[in-house]
Amino acid sequence: MSTAASTVERPSRARIIADLQALLGDAGLLHLPEDLHPYECDGLSAYRQLPLAVALPETVEQVRAVLGYASRHAIPVVARGAGTGLSGGALPHTEGILLSLAKFNRILDIDPRNRTARVQPGVRNLAISEAAKPYGLYYAPDPSSQIACSIGGNVAENSGGVHCLKYGLTVHNLVELEILTIDGERLRIGNAAPDAPGYDLLALMTGSEGMLGVITEVTVKLLPIPERAQVILAAFDDVARAGHAVGAIIAAGIIPAGLEMMDRLAIRAAEDFVHAGYPEVEAILLCELDGTNEEVSEHISQVRRLLQTHGAVEVRTATDEAERARFWQGRKAAFPAVGRISPDYYCMDGTIPRSRLAEVLTRIGELSREYDLAVANVFHAGDGNLHPLILYDANNPGELERTEEFGGRILELCVEVGGTITGEHGVGMEKIDQMCVQFRPLELAQFHAIKAAFDPAGLLNPGKAVPTLHRCAEFGAMHVHQGQLPHPELERF
Amino acid sequence: MCDMTVELAERVRTAADSGMPLHLHGGNTKAFLGHPVRGEALSLHDHSGVLHYEPSELVITARAGTPLREIEDLLAAEGQMLAFEPPHYGDTATLGGTLAAGLSGPRRPWAGAARDFMLGCRLLNGRGEDLHFGGEVMKNVAGYDLSRLQVGAHGTLGVILEASLKVLPRPETEQTLVQERSEAEAIELMNDWGGDPLPLSGACYDGDHLYLRLSGAETAVKAASRKLGGEAHPDPDRFWRRLREQELSFFRHQAPLWRCAVAPASPPLGLDAAQLIDWGGGLRWLASRQPAERIRRQAAEAGGHATLYRHGDEATARFHPLPPPMLALHQRIKRSLDPQGILNPGRMYPEL
Ligand SMILES: Cc1cc2nc3c(=O)[nH]c(=O)nc-3n(C[C@H](O)[C@H](O)[C@H](O)COP(=O)(O)OP(=O)(O)OC[C@H]3O[C@@H](n4cnc5c(N)ncnc54)[C@H](O)[C@@H]3O)c2cc1C
Ligand SMILES: Cc1cc2nc3c(=O)[nH]c(=O)nc-3n(C[C@H](O)[C@H](O)[C@H](O)COP(=O)(O)OP(=O)(O)OC[C@H]3O[C@@H](n4cnc5c(N)ncnc54)[C@H](O)[C@@H]3O)c2cc1C
Repeated sequence: MSTAASTVERPSRARIIADLQALLGDAGLLHLPEDLHPYECDGLSAYRQLPLAVALPETVEQVRAVLGYASRHAIPVVARGAGTGLSGGALPHTEGILLSLAKFNRILDIDPRNRTARVQPGVRNLAISEAAKPYGLYYAPDPSSQIACSIGGNVAENSGGVHCLKYGLTVHNLVELEILTIDGERLRIGNAAPDAPGYDLLALMTGSEGMLGVITEVTVKLLPIPERAQVILAAFDDVARAGHAVGAIIAAGIIPAGLEMMDRLAIRAAEDFVHAGYPEVEAILLCELDGTNEEVSEHISQVRRLLQTHGAVEVRTATDEAERARFWQGRKAAFPAVGRISPDYYCMDGTIPRSRLAEVLTRIGELSREYDLAVANVFHAGDGNLHPLILYDANNPGELERTEEFGGRILELCVEVGGTITGEHGVGMEKIDQMCVQFRPLELAQFHAIKAAFDPAGLLNPGKAVPTLHRCAEFGAMHVHQGQLPHPELERF
Repeated sequence: MCDMTVELAERVRTAADSGMPLHLHGGNTKAFLGHPVRGEALSLHDHSGVLHYEPSELVITARAGTPLREIEDLLAAEGQMLAFEPPHYGDTATLGGTLAAGLSGPRRPWAGAARDFMLGCRLLNGRGEDLHFGGEVMKNVAGYDLSRLQVGAHGTLGVILEASLKVLPRPETEQTLVQERSEAEAIELMNDWGGDPLPLSGACYDGDHLYLRLSGAETAVKAASRKLGGEAHPDPDRFWRRLREQELSFFRHQAPLWRCAVAPASPPLGLDAAQLIDWGGGLRWLASRQPAERIRRQAAEAGGHATLYRHGDEATARFHPLPPPMLALHQRIKRSLDPQGILNPGRMYPEL
């Protein structure tokens, strides 16, 4: 970090820009303030900072040249995919280079026999499934940002989606990576076989938030598209009962392809917004089942029965693709829908053991009264990943601070019941304080030691993901003002 | 049920101070894997006990010395299983040894490998520090994934004290079909069907016969079995267990046993060797006296690597050599967790 920087003579800003231009050509480097503005933040727009310059390399050789240059002159480098991250992971460093992988957008190879796709890191998540579709295959992890987010960013964040209850996170669906270390060393991690010799660096790289290396190629696993997918909507007049129904489905040995829940406030907002036809109740559960025809039929009737015996006041099964889409529409629109009913909201992301769901929701309700701020709950119920949305108005003095404190208490509650401070959005800049709630200094020190094994001078994405041991300062999170979302074109989960 | 954390941490700290290497062992069942370690024995066997098991959460947490069998029995009583079907290789196999060795059984291509089920662990690093990474929940992206990193690290990066694993329901029905096939045909078919939405959970070829296991709802298994065809195996559970435990007659060969992990659709490796194929083509077991370099080259050309599994001579490296920059990175990672190099040194590679 700064220690390394201070021992190296740092070139002037103009010098750095000229040198990078020589490496990347005029079209490969942005440095005028107006060109830098689009890169000042990622999906977490509460934090904005201009980088020294934005590098837009087109070849791995150019990436290597940029890293080599940065390494020699101790200049920080922040990798950026599509910038949809919600924890400030791709927030630029004012003295550093923002390395955009946007031009790495080619699908290099689809291997239908081995069921893999080899792609460049800037390829959008959804584009992989689109390219695999003619072979009857798809890429399972499906963050709601999938039309925009890059696979490189998915690897860096270990992204999940509705499908991950059954099909796993990014880490479960990777085969091989190519990375460049900060010294410009090109490494292949994993291979085309089910496992690779040596340590499981594929796991270590996944979710490392751009701190260990720059991902320049990704090979993912493809799965056969299931024969059939069908969704059930169940209505409950009590949130806790809906929570128990979730446990009952899983205890019955059924792993749904998606199991999502919304509470009254979220339902009402969604209904007003997209008119999905949701009932007016305390909670709804959406349960999607996929597999062979026979299996889906059997599981649909089993799940319907379970939901009824666990107190659902209404159970509907989508009868065709259009109805299935309508059931999901409200859930997918829940974030922007909440944005319409409140000037601002703050999206949290934490995971808890499923069995503590009812208890945690009750406690969030109590905190909501204590802080006098409403909360809409939208979550991946199947894997205990909560996204409470705290509604506030930044124009009211002190409300933002109260919201942040409330958010922090929710994450601490997640840790207290045996969960974690982030289920899928990453630590980035946003949750660096709460890292100190979940981990003790010895563990944080171990993280730093791992980081140093890859990047001894601490030049890759400095200041993110793992707090320095003496610093647990205040940082905020995803605040949405006047419903102006960072990525309004995306569906929200 | 016994908590030895304090004693174990003390032993590791003493070893770190004196620089005396420790040889970690659990149940003594996988002694043949990897290179022998010269060091003081550190037994994890007594550090045992299931700490937490919540069937509706699909999670179990146990101490490293807990017998694998005890865990499997507990899960079976609730209709659940370790879906990676770990090989035991003996009655005394422990959870810690299973994870450290990182081995997975026949269900691996469909359900996932040992590392895919690791949710979190508590471990002692080489300084004897008691650290906790990951957790008991399915989704957790806080910090680097140091728990999955322990899987397959053969005890060189830490002493696993406790682990939390994701478990899965046992399938409602299973059926195994047997078809007589040539090697090339078997590989073709396993990969054809691997790309279809079928409830496959095992696909293996023993040199004469292709074995296909179907798992899931009864109606789905029946429909798929009509589609695939073949004879129903009379005792499928025994067959898959004997495959997993290396008790099939193929494994009685006395020639060196090579484990070649390759891209699943790779054509026959064409080496002069007795062969058994598992994981739908992704795992090729060879009993062969061919030179190690030759076998390693073939495996690498098929996208993978080769491990000398059993009956090796002292001189041959067990694990596939790493390219120099990769080895250097491995050494730095090892040092970051075990600066004195006291945990199972040399077990995987002489440099680690
Ligand atoms: C509306 C919306 C919905 C979302 N829903 C989900 C969801 O359901 N599940 C979920 O998990 N996330 C979700 N996200 C968060 C976000 O989309 C994911 O974290 C995504 O993986 C980020 O990808 P990106 O390409 O935009 O990465 P960026 O935001 O550009 O970067 C994210 C991090 O990855 C690093 N990085 C990017 N590319 C590389 C590379 N090539 N090499 C090394 N490091 C790199 C960056 O340095 C940064 O730390 C959502 C976001 C939005 C805006
Ligand atoms: C007192 C004693 C002395 C021995 N001395 C030698 C000797 O000098 N040379 C020799 O070759 N063999 C020796 N052995 C045999 C030795 O136990 C095995 O070679 C080896 O430890 C394999 O472990 P395992 O069979 O118990 O398998 P498992 O317990 O299944 O272990 C497999 C692998 O995991 C590692 N491991 C086990 N538990 C953990 C854990 N909790 N955390 C991290 N890693 C773990 C092991 O070191 C091994 O690499 C000795 C055994 C005993 C009881």
